[in-house]
Amino acid sequence: MIDFILLFFLVICAIAAIRMKDLLSTVIILGAYSLIMAVVWTRMNAVDVAFTEASVGAGITTVLLIAALSRTQRGEENGQRSQVRVQGSLNAHSIISLIVVFVTGAVLVYGTLDMPDYGDPNAPSHHHVAPRYIKEPLEESGVINMVTALLANYRGYDTLGETTVIFTSGISVILLLRRKIQQ
Amino acid sequence: MIEIIIGKYNYWIYITLMMIGFYAMIAKGNLIKKIIGMNIFQTAVILFYISTGKVWGGTAPILWDKAVIYDNPIPHVLMLTAIVVSVGTTAVAIAIVIRIYKEYGTMEEDAILEIERKQAEELRKGNTGQREI
Amino acid sequence: MKDDIIIRVISNLLIPFIQLYALYVLAHGDLGPGGGFQGGVIFASSIILYVLVYGIDEGRKRAHQKITDVLNSVGVMIYGGIGVVCLFFGGYYLQYGKLPLGDLKHASHLGIYGIEIGVEVTVAAVMITIFFEMAGRKSD
Repeated sequence: MIDFILLFFLVICAIAAIRMKDLLSTVIILGAYSLIMAVVWTRMNAVDVAFTEASVGAGITTVLLIAALSRTQRGEENGQRSQVRVQGSLNAHSIISLIVVFVTGAVLVYGTLDMPDYGDPNAPSHHHVAPRYIKEPLEESGVINMVTALLANYRGYDTLGETTVIFTSGISVILLLRRKIQQ
Repeated sequence: MIEIIIGKYNYWIYITLMMIGFYAMIAKGNLIKKIIGMNIFQTAVILFYISTGKVWGGTAPILWDKAVIYDNPIPHVLMLTAIVVSVGTTAVAIAIVIRIYKEYGTMEEDAILEIERKQAEELRKGNTGQREI
Repeated sequence: MKDDIIIRVISNLLIPFIQLYALYVLAHGDLGPGGGFQGGVIFASSIILYVLVYGIDEGRKRAHQKITDVLNSVGVMIYGGIGVVCLFFGGYYLQYGKLPLGDLKHASHLGIYGIEIGVEVTVAAVMITIFFEMAGRKSD
Protein backbone atom coordinates (compact mmCIF):
# COMPACT_ATOMS: atom_id res chain seq x y z
CA MET A 1 0.00 0.00 0.00
CA ILE A 2 2.76 2.42 0.94
CA ASP A 3 4.47 1.68 -2.37
CA PHE A 4 1.40 2.78 -4.26
CA ILE A 5 1.12 6.03 -2.25
CA LEU A 6 4.82 6.80 -2.87
CA LEU A 7 4.46 6.23 -6.62
CA PHE A 8 1.39 8.46 -6.66
CA PHE A 9 3.38 11.22 -4.97
CA LEU A 10 6.11 10.77 -7.57
CA VAL A 11 3.69 11.41 -10.42
CA ILE A 12 2.23 14.46 -8.63
CA CYS A 13 5.72 15.92 -8.05
CA ALA A 14 6.74 15.35 -11.67
CA ILE A 15 3.60 17.05 -13.04
CA ALA A 16 3.95 19.96 -10.60
CA ALA A 17 7.62 20.43 -11.44
CA ILE A 18 7.01 21.01 -15.12
CA ARG A 19 3.98 23.25 -14.78
CA MET A 20 5.41 25.92 -12.51
CA LYS A 21 6.43 29.27 -13.94
CA ASP A 22 8.89 30.18 -11.22
CA LEU A 23 12.01 28.18 -11.94
CA LEU A 24 13.29 28.22 -8.33
CA SER A 25 10.16 26.39 -7.16
CA THR A 26 10.65 23.89 -9.98
CA VAL A 27 14.17 23.09 -8.80
CA ILE A 28 13.06 22.59 -5.21
CA ILE A 29 10.25 20.28 -6.27
CA LEU A 30 12.82 18.33 -8.30
CA GLY A 31 14.82 17.88 -5.09
CA ALA A 32 11.76 16.47 -3.35
CA TYR A 33 11.18 14.17 -6.35
CA SER A 34 14.72 12.79 -6.01
CA LEU A 35 14.22 12.15 -2.31
CA ILE A 36 10.95 10.26 -2.81
CA MET A 37 12.60 8.26 -5.59
CA ALA A 38 15.38 7.27 -3.13
CA VAL A 39 12.74 6.09 -0.62
CA VAL A 40 11.01 4.02 -3.35
CA TRP A 41 14.31 2.34 -4.15
CA THR A 42 14.97 1.58 -0.49
CA ARG A 43 11.55 -0.13 -0.37
CA MET A 44 12.68 -2.24 -3.33
CA ASN A 45 15.87 -3.26 -1.43
CA ALA A 46 18.23 -1.39 -3.75
CA VAL A 47 20.25 0.28 -1.01
CA ASP A 48 23.37 1.24 -2.99
CA VAL A 49 21.36 2.89 -5.73
CA ALA A 50 19.16 4.73 -3.20
CA PHE A 51 22.26 6.05 -1.40
CA THR A 52 23.69 7.34 -4.67
CA GLU A 53 20.46 8.95 -5.82
CA ALA A 54 19.88 10.66 -2.45
CA SER A 55 23.36 12.13 -2.41
CA VAL A 56 23.55 13.03 -6.11
CA GLY A 57 19.98 13.89 -7.05
CA ALA A 58 18.88 15.73 -3.95
CA GLY A 59 22.31 17.20 -3.34
CA ILE A 60 24.45 17.99 -6.35
CA THR A 61 21.84 18.44 -9.10
CA THR A 62 19.75 20.84 -7.00
CA VAL A 63 22.80 22.96 -6.10
CA LEU A 64 24.00 23.08 -9.71
CA LEU A 65 20.57 24.11 -11.01
CA ILE A 66 20.28 26.89 -8.42
CA ALA A 67 23.78 28.10 -9.37
CA ALA A 68 22.63 28.17 -13.01
CA LEU A 69 19.53 30.16 -12.06
CA SER A 70 21.63 32.71 -10.20
CA ARG A 71 23.61 33.41 -13.37
CA THR A 72 20.62 33.56 -15.70
CA GLN A 73 17.06 34.53 -14.89
CA ARG A 74 14.61 33.13 -12.46
CA GLY A 75 11.26 33.37 -14.21
CA GLU A 76 10.01 31.67 -17.31
CA GLU A 77 8.86 34.04 -20.03
CA ASN A 78 5.97 33.28 -22.30
CA GLY A 79 7.85 33.85 -25.51
CA GLN A 80 6.74 37.46 -25.65
CA ARG A 81 9.37 38.44 -28.16
CA SER A 82 8.45 35.91 -30.76
CA GLN A 83 5.92 36.11 -33.52
CA VAL A 84 6.13 32.43 -34.27
CA ARG A 85 4.36 30.82 -31.34
CA VAL A 86 0.86 31.89 -30.36
CA GLN A 87 0.41 32.64 -26.67
CA GLY A 88 -1.36 30.16 -24.46
CA SER A 89 -0.95 26.51 -23.75
CA LEU A 90 -3.17 24.83 -26.36
CA ASN A 91 -1.57 25.73 -29.65
CA ALA A 92 -0.54 23.39 -32.46
CA HIS A 93 2.91 22.73 -30.99
CA SER A 94 1.51 21.40 -27.72
CA ILE A 95 -1.17 19.30 -29.39
CA ILE A 96 1.30 17.58 -31.70
CA SER A 97 3.63 16.94 -28.75
CA LEU A 98 0.74 15.41 -26.80
CA ILE A 99 -0.14 13.13 -29.68
CA VAL A 100 3.49 11.97 -30.02
CA VAL A 101 3.72 11.34 -26.28
CA PHE A 102 0.49 9.34 -26.22
CA VAL A 103 1.51 7.21 -29.20
CA THR A 104 4.91 6.46 -27.60
CA GLY A 105 3.25 5.60 -24.30
CA ALA A 106 0.75 3.29 -26.00
CA VAL A 107 3.52 1.44 -27.84
CA LEU A 108 5.46 0.99 -24.59
CA VAL A 109 2.38 -0.28 -22.74
CA TYR A 110 1.79 -2.78 -25.53
CA GLY A 111 5.39 -3.91 -25.07
CA THR A 112 4.98 -4.55 -21.35
CA LEU A 113 2.17 -7.07 -21.84
CA ASP A 114 4.77 -9.79 -22.40
CA MET A 115 7.02 -8.92 -19.50
CA PRO A 116 7.15 -11.01 -16.31
CA ASP A 117 5.18 -9.81 -13.30
CA TYR A 118 6.75 -7.75 -10.56
CA GLY A 119 8.88 -9.91 -8.28
CA ASP A 120 8.49 -13.13 -10.23
CA PRO A 121 11.24 -15.57 -9.17
CA ASN A 122 10.99 -17.48 -12.47
CA ALA A 123 11.92 -14.51 -14.62
CA PRO A 124 14.76 -15.36 -17.03
CA SER A 125 16.97 -12.55 -15.76
CA HIS A 126 17.52 -14.37 -12.45
CA HIS A 127 18.81 -17.63 -13.88
CA HIS A 128 21.84 -17.27 -16.10
CA VAL A 129 24.69 -15.32 -14.54
CA ALA A 130 23.05 -14.04 -11.34
CA PRO A 131 23.42 -17.22 -9.21
CA ARG A 132 27.14 -17.26 -9.96
CA TYR A 133 27.49 -13.57 -9.06
CA ILE A 134 25.71 -14.18 -5.76
CA LYS A 135 27.87 -17.14 -4.68
CA GLU A 136 31.34 -16.27 -5.83
CA PRO A 137 32.36 -12.80 -4.51
CA LEU A 138 32.84 -14.04 -0.97
CA GLU A 139 35.06 -16.96 -2.01
CA GLU A 140 37.11 -15.05 -4.54
CA SER A 141 37.62 -11.69 -2.88
CA GLY A 142 36.27 -11.69 0.66
CA VAL A 143 33.91 -8.81 -0.04
CA ILE A 144 30.46 -8.96 1.54
CA ASN A 145 28.66 -6.31 -0.51
CA MET A 146 27.87 -8.00 -3.80
CA VAL A 147 27.29 -4.75 -5.67
CA THR A 148 30.76 -3.38 -4.83
CA ALA A 149 32.39 -6.68 -5.76
CA LEU A 150 30.55 -6.71 -9.08
CA LEU A 151 31.43 -3.09 -9.81
CA ALA A 152 35.12 -3.39 -9.04
CA ASN A 153 35.97 -6.96 -9.88
CA TYR A 154 33.60 -8.60 -12.37
CA ARG A 155 32.57 -5.41 -14.24
CA GLY A 156 35.74 -3.41 -13.71
CA TYR A 157 35.86 -2.06 -17.26
CA ASP A 158 32.44 -0.43 -16.87
CA THR A 159 33.62 1.41 -13.77
CA LEU A 160 36.74 2.58 -15.63
CA GLY A 161 34.47 3.98 -18.35
CA GLU A 162 32.24 5.66 -15.76
CA THR A 163 35.22 7.36 -14.10
CA THR A 164 36.40 8.57 -17.50
CA VAL A 165 32.92 9.99 -18.20
CA ILE A 166 32.99 12.01 -14.96
CA PHE A 167 36.50 13.25 -15.79
CA THR A 168 35.36 14.27 -19.28
CA SER A 169 32.38 16.20 -17.96
CA GLY A 170 34.67 18.07 -15.54
CA ILE A 171 37.01 19.00 -18.39
CA SER A 172 34.06 20.11 -20.57
CA VAL A 173 32.72 22.43 -17.87
CA ILE A 174 36.19 23.95 -17.42
CA LEU A 175 36.48 24.55 -21.16
CA LEU A 176 33.04 26.12 -21.41
CA LEU A 177 32.99 28.39 -18.40
CA ARG A 178 36.46 29.39 -17.31
CA ARG A 179 37.82 32.76 -18.26
CA LYS A 180 41.39 33.92 -17.93
CA ILE A 181 42.07 36.39 -15.16
CA GLN A 182 43.56 39.42 -16.87
CA GLN A 183 46.39 40.68 -14.69
CA MET B 1 -8.25 -8.53 -18.00
CA ILE B 2 -8.23 -7.83 -14.26
CA GLU B 3 -5.20 -10.01 -13.66
CA ILE B 4 -3.32 -8.22 -16.43
CA ILE B 5 -3.97 -4.90 -14.68
CA ILE B 6 -3.05 -6.24 -11.25
CA GLY B 7 0.12 -7.89 -12.54
CA LYS B 8 1.47 -5.01 -14.57
CA TYR B 9 0.12 -1.72 -13.18
CA ASN B 10 3.50 -0.77 -11.77
CA TYR B 11 5.05 -0.84 -15.27
CA TRP B 12 2.30 1.50 -16.46
CA ILE B 13 3.05 3.98 -13.68
CA TYR B 14 6.74 3.97 -14.67
CA ILE B 15 5.76 4.57 -18.31
CA THR B 16 3.57 7.50 -17.17
CA LEU B 17 6.58 9.07 -15.45
CA MET B 18 8.72 8.57 -18.53
CA MET B 19 6.12 10.22 -20.73
CA ILE B 20 5.83 13.21 -18.37
CA GLY B 21 9.58 13.75 -18.70
CA PHE B 22 9.43 13.27 -22.47
CA TYR B 23 6.62 15.81 -22.84
CA ALA B 24 8.63 18.37 -20.85
CA MET B 25 11.59 17.84 -23.15
CA ILE B 26 9.73 18.45 -26.41
CA ALA B 27 6.90 20.84 -25.60
CA LYS B 28 8.29 23.40 -23.19
CA GLY B 29 10.19 26.36 -24.55
CA ASN B 30 12.43 27.22 -21.63
CA LEU B 31 15.82 25.52 -21.77
CA ILE B 32 16.03 24.77 -18.05
CA LYS B 33 12.62 23.06 -18.20
CA LYS B 34 14.03 20.82 -20.91
CA ILE B 35 16.95 19.87 -18.67
CA ILE B 36 14.58 19.11 -15.81
CA GLY B 37 12.46 16.96 -18.13
CA MET B 38 15.59 15.04 -19.16
CA ASN B 39 16.36 14.42 -15.50
CA ILE B 40 12.85 13.11 -14.79
CA PHE B 41 13.05 10.82 -17.84
CA GLN B 42 16.40 9.40 -16.75
CA THR B 43 15.31 8.61 -13.19
CA ALA B 44 12.10 7.00 -14.46
CA VAL B 45 14.09 4.68 -16.76
CA ILE B 46 16.39 3.74 -13.87
CA LEU B 47 13.32 2.98 -11.71
CA PHE B 48 12.01 0.70 -14.45
CA TYR B 49 15.23 -1.32 -14.57
CA ILE B 50 15.54 -1.67 -10.81
CA SER B 51 12.00 -2.99 -10.57
CA THR B 52 12.97 -5.93 -12.79
CA GLY B 53 15.55 -7.05 -10.25
CA LYS B 54 13.24 -7.59 -7.32
CA VAL B 55 12.34 -11.11 -6.18
CA TRP B 56 9.45 -11.84 -3.80
CA GLY B 57 10.85 -12.51 -0.32
CA GLY B 58 14.38 -11.40 -1.22
CA THR B 59 16.56 -9.10 0.84
CA ALA B 60 19.18 -6.56 -0.15
CA PRO B 61 22.20 -7.97 -2.03
CA ILE B 62 24.56 -7.95 0.95
CA LEU B 63 25.56 -11.30 2.43
CA TRP B 64 23.74 -12.08 5.65
CA ASP B 65 23.35 -15.21 7.78
CA LYS B 66 19.60 -15.12 8.14
CA ALA B 67 18.83 -14.56 4.48
CA VAL B 68 17.39 -17.31 2.32
CA ILE B 69 17.05 -15.61 -1.05
CA TYR B 70 18.69 -12.46 -2.40
CA ASP B 71 17.66 -9.87 -4.92
CA ASN B 72 19.34 -9.79 -8.31
CA PRO B 73 22.39 -7.52 -7.98
CA ILE B 74 23.05 -7.02 -11.70
CA PRO B 75 20.53 -4.19 -12.40
CA HIS B 76 21.82 -2.31 -9.33
CA VAL B 77 25.34 -2.33 -10.74
CA LEU B 78 24.32 -1.10 -14.18
CA MET B 79 22.04 1.60 -12.80
CA LEU B 80 24.77 2.99 -10.53
CA THR B 81 26.76 3.76 -13.65
CA ALA B 82 23.64 5.26 -15.24
CA ILE B 83 23.10 7.68 -12.35
CA VAL B 84 26.72 8.79 -12.54
CA VAL B 85 26.47 9.41 -16.28
CA SER B 86 23.23 11.36 -15.81
CA VAL B 87 24.83 13.77 -13.36
CA GLY B 88 27.72 14.35 -15.76
CA THR B 89 25.34 15.03 -18.64
CA THR B 90 23.25 17.44 -16.55
CA ALA B 91 26.36 19.39 -15.54
CA VAL B 92 27.53 19.87 -19.14
CA ALA B 93 23.99 20.79 -20.27
CA ILE B 94 23.74 23.48 -17.59
CA ALA B 95 27.14 24.90 -18.63
CA ILE B 96 25.94 25.15 -22.25
CA VAL B 97 22.73 26.92 -21.14
CA ILE B 98 24.77 29.47 -19.17
CA ARG B 99 26.86 30.23 -22.28
CA ILE B 100 23.72 30.53 -24.44
CA TYR B 101 22.27 33.03 -21.99
CA LYS B 102 25.45 35.08 -22.05
CA GLU B 103 25.37 35.16 -25.85
CA TYR B 104 21.69 35.78 -26.61
CA GLY B 105 20.28 37.27 -23.40
CA THR B 106 17.30 34.94 -23.26
CA MET B 107 16.53 31.34 -22.43
CA GLU B 108 13.40 30.79 -24.50
CA GLU B 109 13.84 28.57 -27.49
CA ASP B 110 11.63 30.49 -29.93
CA ALA B 111 13.14 33.87 -28.99
CA ILE B 112 16.59 32.46 -29.77
CA LEU B 113 15.37 31.13 -33.13
CA GLU B 114 13.89 34.57 -33.88
CA ILE B 115 17.20 36.33 -33.16
CA GLU B 116 19.02 33.85 -35.39
CA ARG B 117 16.53 34.39 -38.21
CA LYS B 118 16.92 38.17 -38.02
CA GLN B 119 20.71 37.88 -38.07
CA ALA B 120 20.56 35.68 -41.16
CA GLU B 121 18.28 38.18 -42.89
CA GLU B 122 20.60 41.09 -42.07
CA LEU B 123 23.49 39.13 -43.48
CA ARG B 124 21.61 38.41 -46.70
CA LYS B 125 20.46 42.02 -47.10
CA GLY B 126 24.00 43.25 -46.48
CA ASN B 127 25.33 40.97 -49.22
CA THR B 128 22.79 41.98 -51.85
CA GLY B 129 23.29 45.68 -50.97
CA GLN B 130 27.00 45.42 -51.69
CA ARG B 131 26.43 43.71 -55.01
CA GLU B 132 24.11 46.46 -56.21
CA ILE B 133 26.68 49.13 -55.45
CA MET C 1 25.99 34.63 5.60
CA LYS C 2 29.05 34.66 7.80
CA ASP C 3 27.54 37.33 10.04
CA ASP C 4 24.91 34.89 11.20
CA ILE C 5 26.41 33.29 14.28
CA ILE C 6 24.22 30.21 14.45
CA ILE C 7 25.02 29.15 10.89
CA ARG C 8 28.72 29.83 11.36
CA VAL C 9 29.05 27.84 14.60
CA ILE C 10 27.03 24.86 13.40
CA SER C 11 28.87 24.59 10.10
CA ASN C 12 32.24 24.88 11.88
CA LEU C 13 31.20 21.94 14.02
CA LEU C 14 29.72 19.85 11.23
CA ILE C 15 32.20 20.13 8.34
CA PRO C 16 34.92 17.87 9.86
CA PHE C 17 32.31 15.25 10.68
CA ILE C 18 30.92 15.31 7.15
CA GLN C 19 34.42 14.70 5.76
CA LEU C 20 35.00 11.91 8.26
CA TYR C 21 31.70 10.36 7.23
CA ALA C 22 32.78 10.49 3.60
CA LEU C 23 35.95 8.54 4.44
CA TYR C 24 33.88 6.09 6.51
CA VAL C 25 31.54 5.43 3.59
CA LEU C 26 34.57 4.81 1.35
CA ALA C 27 36.31 2.45 3.80
CA HIS C 28 33.21 0.37 4.55
CA GLY C 29 32.13 0.06 0.95
CA ASP C 30 32.55 -3.67 0.98
CA LEU C 31 30.70 -4.32 4.24
CA GLY C 32 27.56 -2.33 3.60
CA PRO C 33 26.09 0.10 1.12
CA GLY C 34 28.55 2.69 -0.02
CA GLY C 35 31.73 2.74 -1.99
CA GLY C 36 33.84 5.22 -3.87
CA PHE C 37 31.27 7.24 -5.71
CA GLN C 38 29.02 8.03 -2.73
CA GLY C 39 32.00 8.99 -0.56
CA GLY C 40 33.29 11.38 -3.18
CA VAL C 41 29.97 13.18 -3.50
CA ILE C 42 29.64 13.57 0.28
CA PHE C 43 33.16 15.00 0.50
CA ALA C 44 32.35 17.53 -2.21
CA SER C 45 29.18 18.56 -0.39
CA SER C 46 31.23 19.50 2.69
CA ILE C 47 33.26 21.94 0.58
CA ILE C 48 30.02 23.29 -0.94
CA LEU C 49 28.69 23.94 2.57
CA TYR C 50 31.84 25.86 3.42
CA VAL C 51 31.46 28.02 0.31
CA LEU C 52 27.79 28.70 1.05
CA VAL C 53 28.61 30.02 4.51
CA TYR C 54 31.85 31.93 3.91
CA GLY C 55 31.78 33.00 0.26
CA ILE C 56 33.55 31.98 -2.91
CA ASP C 57 36.91 33.72 -2.36
CA GLU C 58 37.33 32.23 1.08
CA GLY C 59 36.35 28.83 -0.27
CA ARG C 60 38.89 29.09 -3.13
CA LYS C 61 41.63 29.57 -0.56
CA ARG C 62 40.74 26.23 0.97
CA ALA C 63 40.47 24.32 -2.30
CA HIS C 64 43.09 25.86 -4.56
CA GLN C 65 42.39 25.79 -8.26
CA LYS C 66 45.71 24.13 -9.09
CA ILE C 67 45.16 21.35 -6.54
CA THR C 68 41.68 20.45 -7.76
CA ASP C 69 42.84 20.63 -11.38
CA VAL C 70 45.53 18.06 -10.68
CA LEU C 71 43.31 15.83 -8.52
CA ASN C 72 40.80 15.61 -11.36
CA SER C 73 43.12 13.31 -13.25
CA VAL C 74 45.00 11.64 -10.39
CA GLY C 75 42.04 9.41 -9.61
CA VAL C 76 41.74 8.08 -13.15
CA MET C 77 45.52 7.56 -13.20
CA ILE C 78 45.32 5.48 -10.00
CA TYR C 79 42.61 3.33 -11.53
CA GLY C 80 44.43 2.79 -14.80
CA GLY C 81 47.74 2.43 -12.99
CA ILE C 82 46.51 -0.49 -10.89
CA GLY C 83 45.45 -2.18 -14.10
CA VAL C 84 48.88 -1.69 -15.67
CA VAL C 85 50.62 -2.96 -12.51
CA CYS C 86 48.58 -6.13 -12.81
CA LEU C 87 49.96 -6.49 -16.35
CA PHE C 88 53.52 -6.44 -14.99
CA PHE C 89 52.85 -9.42 -12.75
CA GLY C 90 51.63 -11.68 -15.48
CA GLY C 91 47.87 -11.33 -15.40
CA TYR C 92 45.38 -9.65 -17.68
CA TYR C 93 44.56 -5.95 -17.35
CA LEU C 94 42.80 -5.41 -13.99
CA GLN C 95 43.26 -8.99 -12.82
CA TYR C 96 44.00 -8.35 -9.15
CA GLY C 97 44.63 -11.97 -8.29
CA LYS C 98 48.18 -11.81 -9.66
CA LEU C 99 49.33 -8.95 -7.43
CA PRO C 100 51.98 -10.16 -4.93
CA LEU C 101 50.06 -9.13 -1.80
CA GLY C 102 49.19 -12.52 -0.34
CA ASP C 103 46.88 -15.20 -1.62
CA LEU C 104 44.08 -14.69 -4.15
CA LYS C 105 41.51 -13.47 -1.62
CA HIS C 106 43.68 -10.77 -0.04
CA ALA C 107 45.08 -9.51 -3.31
CA SER C 108 41.60 -9.14 -4.79
CA HIS C 109 40.36 -7.36 -1.69
CA LEU C 110 43.23 -4.85 -1.70
CA GLY C 111 42.85 -4.30 -5.43
CA ILE C 112 39.19 -3.41 -4.90
CA TYR C 113 40.17 -0.92 -2.18
CA GLY C 114 42.70 0.76 -4.46
CA ILE C 115 40.13 1.17 -7.19
CA GLU C 116 37.57 2.69 -4.85
CA ILE C 117 40.13 5.24 -3.63
CA GLY C 118 40.82 6.26 -7.22
CA VAL C 119 37.11 6.71 -7.96
CA GLU C 120 36.55 8.79 -4.81
CA VAL C 121 39.43 11.20 -5.51
CA THR C 122 38.24 11.87 -9.06
CA VAL C 123 34.58 12.27 -8.17
CA ALA C 124 35.24 14.67 -5.27
CA ALA C 125 37.61 16.84 -7.31
CA VAL C 126 35.29 17.00 -10.33
CA MET C 127 32.22 17.91 -8.27
CA ILE C 128 34.15 20.69 -6.52
CA THR C 129 35.48 21.96 -9.87
CA ILE C 130 32.05 22.00 -11.49
CA PHE C 131 30.54 23.87 -8.56
CA PHE C 132 33.24 26.54 -8.51
CA GLU C 133 33.01 27.10 -12.26
CA MET C 134 29.26 27.54 -12.13
CA ALA C 135 29.10 29.74 -9.05
CA GLY C 136 30.93 32.70 -10.49
CA ARG C 137 29.69 36.24 -10.40
CA LYS C 138 26.85 37.36 -12.63
CA SER C 139 29.01 39.90 -14.42
CA ASP C 140 31.24 37.20 -15.92
